Amino acid sequence: MTQKKPFAITLDIGSSLANHTGSWRTERPVYVHRMPPCNNACPAGENIQGWLHDAEEGRYEDAWHTLTADNPLPAIHGRVCYHPCEDACNRGQLDTSVNIHAIERFLGDEALRQGWKISCAPQTGKRVLVVGSGPSGLSAAYHLRRLGHAVVIYEAGAEAGGMMRYGIPQYRMPRDILDAEIGRIAGLGVEFRLNSKVEDLEETMDAERCDAAFIAIGAHLAKRVDIPARDAGGILDAVSVLRGVEKGDAPSFIGRRVAVYGGGNTALDVARTAERLGAKEAMLIYRRTREQMPAHDFEVAEALEEGVQVHWLSTIAGVEGAKVKIEKMKLDENGWPQPTGEFETLEADTVILALGQMTDSDFLAQVDGVKISKDGVVEVDAGMMTGRPGIFAGGDMVPAERSVTVAVGHGKLAARNIDAYLRGTRFEHAPRPELATFDRLNTWYFTDADKTRQAQLDMARRLSSFKEIVQGLDEETALFESRRCLSCGNCFECDNCYGVCPDNAVKKLGPGQGYEFNYEFCKGCGLCAAECPCGAIAIVPEQI
Amino acid sequence: MTQRVKFYQTGTFTVGNRLLDAESRTVQATVERNNSLTSGHRACQGCGEALGARYAVDAAMRACNSQLLCVNATGCLEVFSTPYPESSWRVAWLHSLFGNAPAVASGVAAALRAKGRTETRVLAQGGDGGTVDIGMGCLSGMFERNDDVLYICYDNEAYMNTGVQRSGRTPPGARTSTTPAVGPHPGNVFGQGKHPAIIAMAHDIPYVATASVADLHDLEEKVTKAMSIGGARFIHVHVPCPLGWGSEPCNTMRLARLAVETGLFPLFEGEHGEVISTTPIRRRQPVEEYLKLQKRFRHVIGDPQALAAIQALADRNIRRFNLVRENAA
Repeated sequence: MTQKKPFAITLDIGSSLANHTGSWRTERPVYVHRMPPCNNACPAGENIQGWLHDAEEGRYEDAWHTLTADNPLPAIHGRVCYHPCEDACNRGQLDTSVNIHAIERFLGDEALRQGWKISCAPQTGKRVLVVGSGPSGLSAAYHLRRLGHAVVIYEAGAEAGGMMRYGIPQYRMPRDILDAEIGRIAGLGVEFRLNSKVEDLEETMDAERCDAAFIAIGAHLAKRVDIPARDAGGILDAVSVLRGVEKGDAPSFIGRRVAVYGGGNTALDVARTAERLGAKEAMLIYRRTREQMPAHDFEVAEALEEGVQVHWLSTIAGVEGAKVKIEKMKLDENGWPQPTGEFETLEADTVILALGQMTDSDFLAQVDGVKISKDGVVEVDAGMMTGRPGIFAGGDMVPAERSVTVAVGHGKLAARNIDAYLRGTRFEHAPRPELATFDRLNTWYFTDADKTRQAQLDMARRLSSFKEIVQGLDEETALFESRRCLSCGNCFECDNCYGVCPDNAVKKLGPGQGYEFNYEFCKGCGLCAAECPCGAIAIVPEQI
Repeated sequence: MTQRVKFYQTGTFTVGNRLLDAESRTVQATVERNNSLTSGHRACQGCGEALGARYAVDAAMRACNSQLLCVNATGCLEVFSTPYPESSWRVAWLHSLFGNAPAVASGVAAALRAKGRTETRVLAQGGDGGTVDIGMGCLSGMFERNDDVLYICYDNEAYMNTGVQRSGRTPPGARTSTTPAVGPHPGNVFGQGKHPAIIAMAHDIPYVATASVADLHDLEEKVTKAMSIGGARFIHVHVPCPLGWGSEPCNTMRLARLAVETGLFPLFEGEHGEVISTTPIRRRQPVEEYLKLQKRFRHVIGDPQALAAIQALADRNIRRFNLVRENAA
């Protein structure tokens, strides 16, 4: 500008944009993804925060696709998973945790209702044998199929599903849902060979021209204890009873008074099943206390609601006809039950043992390299591979917590390792970001909203049938519940950083694109990080 | 008043919210915002006043279709934004003296009227010193004549630009360079105070409001409403100052929020001399939560008597403006 300047003006006017205040900075903000506690706790490795993010916008099909990238069975998990995600949920420290499993169930049911489809990668020409069609086998088959491998499943039973069909009662796991989700996996081209027990693994692999195998035969053999009994006819085991109900060959009369020995989820399932089979009274005999019970709290609560009686701190000392002699226990200083020498007698027509299960892994003993330990459990490495290269195992038959969700997680992990094995590479876990703990959040911004509860079947109809007890959420409620998610550790585009920067040093990139910092002007005050509701901004020292 | 919406994760508490329709988000959430006070200004890290000024002027710009002329009093806002020959303002902007901004704005409004440019609006702004101390005479005149000016006071509770000297807005107990924390009565005196919004209401002007940088929706709605009205209008915006208050730059929003939630800075609106609405406190906090984050109150924290006196001031505001209500959230 060379034109004549006004009176007393000697310099050209300029914008402060020439003044790069970024040079003041000693620390800089960076956008990060932290690990939401729900994802961290999920045994199936679901990106829960991710699919809730989709569901919050009503994009349920996208949410379902995000979910099924990790877990092929959402309608099942929404019903039977013990949801460790909800125990870890940060919202639990604010009011009540997000009802994650109910939303998962809603998405799973919507997918079945609307017929949402999964796509697979192009065929690789490799073929994998899966032994067992329980949650773990189904999960491995599904993930291998999606990665482009051909899969054949051998199942000893007449129908697929494993413990989901033969162990979990219908009032928790309706069979039409089970069939539909298994059907979707079959629809991907997974071949099922039912009524086909594998006796010789290597022979079967050769016959099926398989390049690798995943064994997930579960743990179906009931553990027994020595109970002095004059008439052992009245002693059943829980696994057989539950399987019998499913196969339709359960005893028509289970007894008027039924005693179940054990304190796990199976014990509760069988006690509640006995009630539905006509038992007037079902009681649990458990050697420790309620706090120490391995069964999950809500299942204990539901069973108690249904009138199941519990004899805490008791062991069965003997059975004689319709009389069960129990010995009272007391806890020692280490919390272990010790006999007291006091006895009591209970009336029971039937005693059902629910003391845990073992794996029938004898057929693996002949396979070189496979190591089998106590109760038939098979040893695997961090990539789910047995001592024999190319043979993997997972689910209830390997050392881990036994649940449907853990099994599905094993299936996924095994599938990824099998895929790497078939390609001659190694599977590497993505680096785990640091945990988005509650103190990383600025929860002031979240609107107060209490958890929505699922309706339950009324008690009379509960006890008279195997109808599903817990009801689903409708769309509006599912949406409400999704929006209770705090989005821990991951940006949900609230514009706070963009709004609170005193230096306009945050650029908004548009919907779905997030933001970026303009370090030419960012002074490093840290307001963006302090006001980020979800802890998705970290402040790091400048490198000097 | 923050808009009450059905449950949308963060409702209207955050700047934007992708789940809300565009109209329910703030001006600051849009990529089209004017950035009236743009990057490169020399305000300290975490400056509340820079933020408050951008919030208010951007909202005013949108409300009048960018036909806005700003008059600025001397103070931090003027010094850090406009060191000759640079300017951070992306709006027509005029500065004269410390105490005469209301009078200059009155003159600008009169000139616009004389030229028939009725679509152009006038906004005058200054800090607490330039407004409640030095400029009070001019401001009172502007109110009393009902000149068509929106005056916005950004209150950081002392003369920060010149070295943190006490102003008429410095709260009781606060340490400044002229009210040191020594002697039997450390910090600023207890007993008096100067409330410009209440003084403004005493002039029965069309619109008066208080606002906070921590409640953006509320602030923008008040500015937008003020811009829709003719005559003299006044908005008092609370803006924390990390330098003068001895607080961490990252705590600016938190402090502004705590000032509201303790009751120390009540949010209300008045029309023609009457209070017409107050913004309820969402999560009430004891004053100690606010004071302990500021070095200017460090000597107060160990002094139960002083603490109780400050708590009493907050309680009085809560009573006076009915700030704690059932089902307020």
